[in-house]
Amino acid sequence: MLALFVLIPLFVVLILNLLRFDFIKKIACWFGVVLTLAQIGFALFVPIDLLSSRSGFFAKYFAFNFTMDSLSKLMIVTIGIVVFTAIMIGQFTYSDDTKRFNFLNLILLVLAGMNGIVMVSDIFSLYVFIEIVAVASFVLISTYKDKLALESSFKYIVLSITATVFILLSISIFVLISGSTSFTAIANATKNSPSSSLIVIAVCLFICGAFTKGGLVPFHGWLPDAHSSAPSSISILLSGVVIKVTGIYPLIRIMNITGGGGNPVKNILMFVGALSIVVGALASLGQKDIKRMLAFSSVSQMGYIVLSIGIGTPLGLAAAVFHILNHAIFKSQLFANAAAVEKQTGTRDMDKLGGLASKMPVTGGTSIVAMLSISGIPPLSGFWSKLLIIIALWQSAHYAYAFIAVVASVITLAYFLSFQRRVFFGKLAEGLENVKEAKFGLVLPALILALLTILIGVFFPLVLNKLILPIQSILKL
Amino acid sequence: MNLILAMLIILIIAALMVVFSSRLLLAAISLAATSIMLTLLMFKLNSPIAAVFELSICAGLITVIFITTISFVKPVAQEDLIETRNKRIKKYAALPIILIIVGVVISYVIKPLVLALPAIVQEKNVANVLWNLRQVDLLGQAIILLVGVFGIVVLFKEGQKK
Repeated sequence: MLALFVLIPLFVVLILNLLRFDFIKKIACWFGVVLTLAQIGFALFVPIDLLSSRSGFFAKYFAFNFTMDSLSKLMIVTIGIVVFTAIMIGQFTYSDDTKRFNFLNLILLVLAGMNGIVMVSDIFSLYVFIEIVAVASFVLISTYKDKLALESSFKYIVLSITATVFILLSISIFVLISGSTSFTAIANATKNSPSSSLIVIAVCLFICGAFTKGGLVPFHGWLPDAHSSAPSSISILLSGVVIKVTGIYPLIRIMNITGGGGNPVKNILMFVGALSIVVGALASLGQKDIKRMLAFSSVSQMGYIVLSIGIGTPLGLAAAVFHILNHAIFKSQLFANAAAVEKQTGTRDMDKLGGLASKMPVTGGTSIVAMLSISGIPPLSGFWSKLLIIIALWQSAHYAYAFIAVVASVITLAYFLSFQRRVFFGKLAEGLENVKEAKFGLVLPALILALLTILIGVFFPLVLNKLILPIQSILKL
Repeated sequence: MNLILAMLIILIIAALMVVFSSRLLLAAISLAATSIMLTLLMFKLNSPIAAVFELSICAGLITVIFITTISFVKPVAQEDLIETRNKRIKKYAALPIILIIVGVVISYVIKPLVLALPAIVQEKNVANVLWNLRQVDLLGQAIILLVGVFGIVVLFKEGQKK
């Protein structure tokens, strides 16, 4: 049944293209919306055992070897939430029916690819599915076909191929060691000597690839350009989930099945994480373009996640995954707000904006929620995941890194307050007198995500016990 | 062993020619030559299935596509050609040296890493490999193909209408 998470989006794409009528093109996005909502519902409410059952008509003919554990389940939910937002925003920002239809097709293929990444149990299949998402991202980034879009797409292609070479090289070493590409075989082969130099080399090559895909400093060169030059709905997709599913998730899996190659590798992870936190936060401070600022902020938040993975304790892993979920929610929302602002005012330059809160109360209000959450203000969701990360750091006696995490959180608050003040507060900027609140369809995703941010924060114990803490059990210790 | 070494050296020379060549056609043919050497190496190393794929797709199909595309392009003037070649030689002059150094370093690093490696199970039946063992990858490749089709539609067909 798990294969349906990949096959249904594929099936919908094929059906929609067989029926390329004009009215289908108009309503096509709603298929995507229903599909993502169904995905979230199934992943949340159907037990994993039932989802993983291999009985029935379908299993007779196809033996797709997908598996699901609590980590995959949470990732499927995260993917569903972000793709839902991206489709909703895309529906109201693309004016041309054909363009919107092509966008939907590609985004559904990305959905299939990402669902595949989080459910495969074979390292080579993991690579194949990562490539699906990468190739689709190249196209989606260059949608506008202007110089900046093509340049940033090309930059992403070059860096992504470099990452792929690293990952393939690492896969070949794992095959050499274990004689197979399945996760279990690799875990068995590496069990006896997790810190043998060949395994450390393979793990290091893999994390170099994962860092590039995840936009970690110093491999982040493609990220700010790609996120700011892509259409808003694509920025939501990239920043909300693509960098996590193609970068961070494979990293967690590999660290988990190989035992992480010992302490040196974990130290590298923590160092790169801390570096990304600081560099991303400082770079965000100096940005004028809203989306560029949000992109650098993503680099910084990815740093928190990698830092937390590097701790190597069950709590560290749970905190990292919790931050993945939270970041996906509030970053998608901030990009959705940026899309609304850009659509209504025609600019993303913060110097030309100001005082929009009175004209766009919903966008301004939801933006406050997301920005407080990302800066770690209680009782919103971001506070809890950052708190867990800092507790995990403190428990494992990494006091310096804990200090960096706290200080960077203050810098985060600084640049988001500056963003809020320059865009929504203060005197209304010239030429914005006639601006109105965006269409209901455009603010609805932001409202839903803001509500989610608040709910996860308030019902934190429930979310923690039901979704986050079970993830600790996948850790191989 | 010596045969493999000779093949590897030819492979590297062909690969360097791809980078150094200032004419596209020569570069494409050198790339095909690289693939053919790789195919021979794979046969020699007992991976006939991988070798067949490498020969048919990388050496065959891709070369045909490259040469077709090159035949549509206007040839470059002789002076430009020489200029490009000189530029390229300057740009990549360090490449062979770096390759040699990396090769020497790796051979020294790998030597102490001799592990008891497991024997790789040989699967002779291609159909079994594709349809039973690697079904998920096949699905993934089908999706990549679809993404490629939509990519072409988005990037090239939409532009044509304007």
